[in-house]
This record gives sequence, C-alpha cells and structure tokens, in this order.
Amino acid sequence: MIRTLLALLRRDLARLLLGGRQAGAVMPVLFFLAVAMLYPFAVGPDAPLLARTGGGVIWVAALLAAILPLDRLVEPDIELGMFDQWALRGIAEELVIAVRVIAHWLSFGPPLILAALPAAALLGIDGAALRTVELGLLAGTPGLAALGVIVASLTAGLRGGAALSGLLVIPLAVPLLIFGAGSLSTGGDSGIALTAACSLVLLAIAPFAGGAAVRAGRDA
Amino acid sequence: MQGCRLSADDLACRRGERVLFAGLSLSLAPGEALHVAGPNGIGKSSLLRILAGLLRPFAGTVSREGGIGLIDERPALDPALPLGKALAFWQRLDGPADDQLARLGLADLLDVPVRYLSTGQKKRAALARLLGQSAPVWLLDEPLNGLDHEAVVLVESITAEHCRAGGIAVIASHQPFAFEAMQRLELAEFAA
Repeated sequence: MIRTLLALLRRDLARLLLGGRQAGAVMPVLFFLAVAMLYPFAVGPDAPLLARTGGGVIWVAALLAAILPLDRLVEPDIELGMFDQWALRGIAEELVIAVRVIAHWLSFGPPLILAALPAAALLGIDGAALRTVELGLLAGTPGLAALGVIVASLTAGLRGGAALSGLLVIPLAVPLLIFGAGSLSTGGDSGIALTAACSLVLLAIAPFAGGAAVRAGRDA
Repeated sequence: MQGCRLSADDLACRRGERVLFAGLSLSLAPGEALHVAGPNGIGKSSLLRILAGLLRPFAGTVSREGGIGLIDERPALDPALPLGKALAFWQRLDGPADDQLARLGLADLLDVPVRYLSTGQKKRAALARLLGQSAPVWLLDEPLNGLDHEAVVLVESITAEHCRAGGIAVIASHQPFAFEAMQRLELAEFAA
C-alpha cells in the first residue's frame, strides 16, 4: 500500500512538477506573475488603488493559473491505459485520484504562494494585507487543486475537454474566491477559516468524485 | 504459479445501441489457452475488457481467480520517459521479477524515450511489463500486431511457457496464433 502510494506520488510529481516535455510547474507561476505585472498597466500607476485591489487580483490570477495544467491531470493517463492497468492490479481509482490531488497541489500551490511575494511587491501591497493573502492562498489552493482534479476527471475524453474544464472550474471556485479574497476587506481570520472549510469539503469529495468519473468514463 | 481460474457465464455485450454478442460461456482451468477469433468489430476487445473486469457485461457474469495481466493497443508506458524508467515505474508497483529484457530485444533500448519506439518495440515493451507483473491470467488483445516474424515466434513461445507453468491465456487476434494446445472460440457464432 505505502509502496504503491509512493510510486504513484513519485510519478505524478515527476510529471506535474518537472513536466517531462511540458513546462511543468513553471508555466502557472509565470502566468500568475504576468497577470500581476499587467494589472498596473491596465489600471494606471495609482498606488492606493493598486494596493486596495491588488489582493483580489492576486486571487483571480491564482485561480486562473490553477486552470492551466488541468488538461494533463487525468486525460493522458486514461489515453495511455494507465488507469486500466492500475485497476487490474487492484489499485483503486480513488487512491490514484487522491495522490493526484496532492501532486497537483504541490506542483502549483507552494510555487504560487512564493510567487505571491514578488506579485505583492509589484502591486504595492502592505505587510498586513500580504499576510492575509498568503494565509488565504495556503487555505484555498488545496481546494483549487481538488476542484481541478475533479473537473479534469469529469471532462477527460470529452471533445474540447480543456476549455470545458476551465469553464467548469471558474463558477465552482467562486466560494473559495469570495471567502479568500473577501478576508482581505474584513482583515479577519474568519474569511480564511471559511476558505479552509471550503477546501476541506472539496478535498474530502475529490477522490470519490474523481474516481467515479474515471470509472464511468470506461463505459462510455 | 498460484491457482487461477477464469470463467464466464451467458455473457452479452452491448456497445451503444448494438448487441455485439450474446449467450457466450467459457471456462478456463490452469494451463489452458483460448484463441478468440473473428473479424474486426465483432467484439473481441470488448470481450477481453469484460473478462478483465474493466467493462460491465450487458448480461451474464464473469468469475476470475488470480491476478489479471492485460495487453491492448495502449502500452501504458509514459511516452516522455526513457523505456527503462517507464518500465521501472511498473516494477515498483509489481515488485521485482526476472529480467527478460534481453530476450525481448529491449536491452539496448532502455535509454530511448518511449515515444520514439516503433509499434513493434512498444508491443515488446508492453510484454516486458506483462512478464514483470507475474499475473497468472493473461488477456492479450491483438498481441501480434506490428511484430516481425521473430517476435511473433517469441510471443507464441512465451505464451506456451506461461500455460505450461499453469497460467491461463486468452488471446484475441484475427491472425493465426501457433500454439497447438489452444482452444478456439469463433466469436461470430455468438453474434447477436
């Protein structure tokens, strides 16, 4: 069991973090920083306005950056027949999906949390707000990872799956965004706690929803 | 080889709106092999996936004892990885096994990324994965596709060895498969 878990995690991390032929974890981070860099150009160099709205922009950029790797989360493994081979070895889809959520989070969560530091500097966000943004991202990105894997499992094999999964993630991520970015205006930790609660719910259902979606995809 | 058994009772398979076959029963004891024959689209692959438990039969039941090894058109090896590393992933899941790479003609290809391998080489690599799994029940879907003459003989002798050692093999193929102890199932007889 532990050996299986470690083997799966090691493979997932090699694929998602280093990316093989693709860019891996670098792409979402660069995308995230590019959005943070573009925003002052769009609204102008008004420092108080940037500082007031910057936290929200970081949140939106993080959400969009989390969507980028969705199309290679689940679908390639179904096409390769990996899920079938795992099933024959008695490795449940739920376990594979749970490991995938962890690997997906590790490949974009911590990098984004780190990249939020230079982004906050670009937007002129002060220390207290930065702390709220960072804690909020720490609480919210696991939920985004779980949501991403659920949606990637559901849309695997569909025509236009990549675009569709982006469209599906955005409305479902609204609670995370409301509580996460909302904690900036209230300045309280309650928003962060609610973000974490949303994340926990998503993390709890992700293995079962994702596993069921992969199994249902076999009969299609 | 541990005790194994594969039997199916009154199977029917439906793909979309079409029933492909119905009323199919089979039973295989250790050491037995079965050649599922028939033209394209008759449901050979679907039958194998039902036997593997990956596809729900429209009717009927399957009972299996012992681990199942499956080879189909997908090698289940990461295309970006060198062959050695892609096989090593399965070895970590399946545990150590006898090194058969030289016999399969793969010993010199371990550094080559899987996506550069030819169709036949990928098939050999999938065989290496299957041998490493040490599953008593083999389900081989078109195992001879893309293989040269020598490799065809090799697959036939590996299958014969597997059955002599007490394993079960089900081979779906439209090509002839030289293994004298093999039963033959014409899927067309069960077409609905």
